[in-house]
Amino acid sequence: MTQEVIQISTVGLDTLWVLLAAFLVFFMQAGFGMVEAGFIRAKNTCNILTKNFLDFCMASIGFFMFGYAIMFGDGNVFMGLKGWFLAGAESGARVPLYAFWLFQAAFCGAAATIVAGGMAERMKFQAYLIYSFIISALIYPIVGHWIWGGGWLAALNFADFAGSTVVHTVGGTAALIGTILLKPRLAKYGPDGKPNVIAGHSIPLASLGVFILWFGWFGFNPGSSLSVGDGSLIALVAINTNLAAAAGGISAMIMVWKMFGKPDLSMAMNGALAGLVAITAPCAFVDPWAAIVIGSIGGVIVILGVVLLDKLQIDDPVGAVPVHGMNGFWGTIAIGLFGKESLGLAHNGLFYGGGFKQLGIQLLGVSSVIIFIVISMSIVFKLINVTIGLRVSREEELKGLDIGEHGMEAYGGFQIFTTE
Amino acid sequence: MKLIVALIQPHKLPDVKKALYDAEVYKMTVTNALGSGQQKGYTETYRGVLQEVNLLKKLRLEIAVNEEFVEPTIEAIVKGAQTGKIGDGKIFVLDLGECIRIRTGERGQEAIG
Repeated sequence: MTQEVIQISTVGLDTLWVLLAAFLVFFMQAGFGMVEAGFIRAKNTCNILTKNFLDFCMASIGFFMFGYAIMFGDGNVFMGLKGWFLAGAESGARVPLYAFWLFQAAFCGAAATIVAGGMAERMKFQAYLIYSFIISALIYPIVGHWIWGGGWLAALNFADFAGSTVVHTVGGTAALIGTILLKPRLAKYGPDGKPNVIAGHSIPLASLGVFILWFGWFGFNPGSSLSVGDGSLIALVAINTNLAAAAGGISAMIMVWKMFGKPDLSMAMNGALAGLVAITAPCAFVDPWAAIVIGSIGGVIVILGVVLLDKLQIDDPVGAVPVHGMNGFWGTIAIGLFGKESLGLAHNGLFYGGGFKQLGIQLLGVSSVIIFIVISMSIVFKLINVTIGLRVSREEELKGLDIGEHGMEAYGGFQIFTTE
Repeated sequence: MKLIVALIQPHKLPDVKKALYDAEVYKMTVTNALGSGQQKGYTETYRGVLQEVNLLKKLRLEIAVNEEFVEPTIEAIVKGAQTGKIGDGKIFVLDLGECIRIRTGERGQEAIG
């Protein structure tokens, strides 16, 4: 009798924890919205927020209809094939199916929404709606199945605790392909190839967004334990998450200060996000000191990434590719360096005498995911481009997508001074 | 000396600036303006309700020039701002009585520079 009561209350406690984390991850959607809105011009703000809002709606429905079945249903090593519309679906953890589903659906929404920022200020709304349904119902779940749903990478002991690869590399790589196919915003690069500043319209909104994301990450990473246990795992994950973000913010600020002479807030904030993305995969497998190192390197990567993209004339308005793509990659391979067998990893990382075994698995896994996303998203975006078109007209881009796509402004009654 | 005042579509500013730079006119003042002309506005929707917007957003360019620059400046503005559709704007050319550069106290043609 007592045994049974303990059992029920443990499941109850775990369910409460997973649902609480799901709610936090859902709130990250607001964070993404604010960051992206703040980093773009006022005339496109209504458009980006509509995209952020609708992609979560699309992700929820897409993940209910097909996504969950592909990601967690029984099938082969490539994809799951059972549990369409959750009919006959089973939970992937000890918590009830619906709690597990909600947590996973919130993750799916996060992967989808990353792309909005990279393709901001010029992508057609209709094209975005179609893209967001396809990535949530099909592309993201396939990668998810490989790693979390018992697919071929899971069988190889590839480790990704909370989704540096599954969520962030997927979103970041899709954003990279999208922004390359869309081409830069008008006047972003001069005829001599030099980048011009297209300043974001609200640093306060962007800052609020970064704080919300940081807050939401306490659900994203610790929640991925999917159980409370004795509390030690979620405590480790929580402290690692926080330390990496802080270290990323500091290292990015120092970098940008040294390189450009001023501590640029927007870059420091990108650095904190980079630290968060980088620690997402290794957060359960490393010690706190390693989290600081991983986060600091993330902050450096994000600055170099932004500069590199501008050199290559790839226009990524909010830094989605350096933050999510490059740091998703870095976080994933960091497991192979700093990971510890004693914390539940299959093999010790390179710095703990485990050699290149885990590192090799990590590299193979994240590279396969990148290749898969490059191919699949190129096809998706090209198909959208030839059917309804990816990019708005030049005139609409100059007027702003708020009026062009939605017929309403983000700041009615305000005078917005448009100079470029 | 003339003062050229032009009212243009906000989204044509990059093109106008480029045309002016090509004509070697680098000095200008730009302000936000609201106005209506022949077009009599457009409609927006807000929460399902149609809204007539009759004062449209325009930009007001002011450029003070010496005589020899009047025609090139006008041509450049027309070239940059013209779409052929209603709402392209207007250019006014006014006589300019005096011009003083505050930094040096120079007056007249030199002050316009």
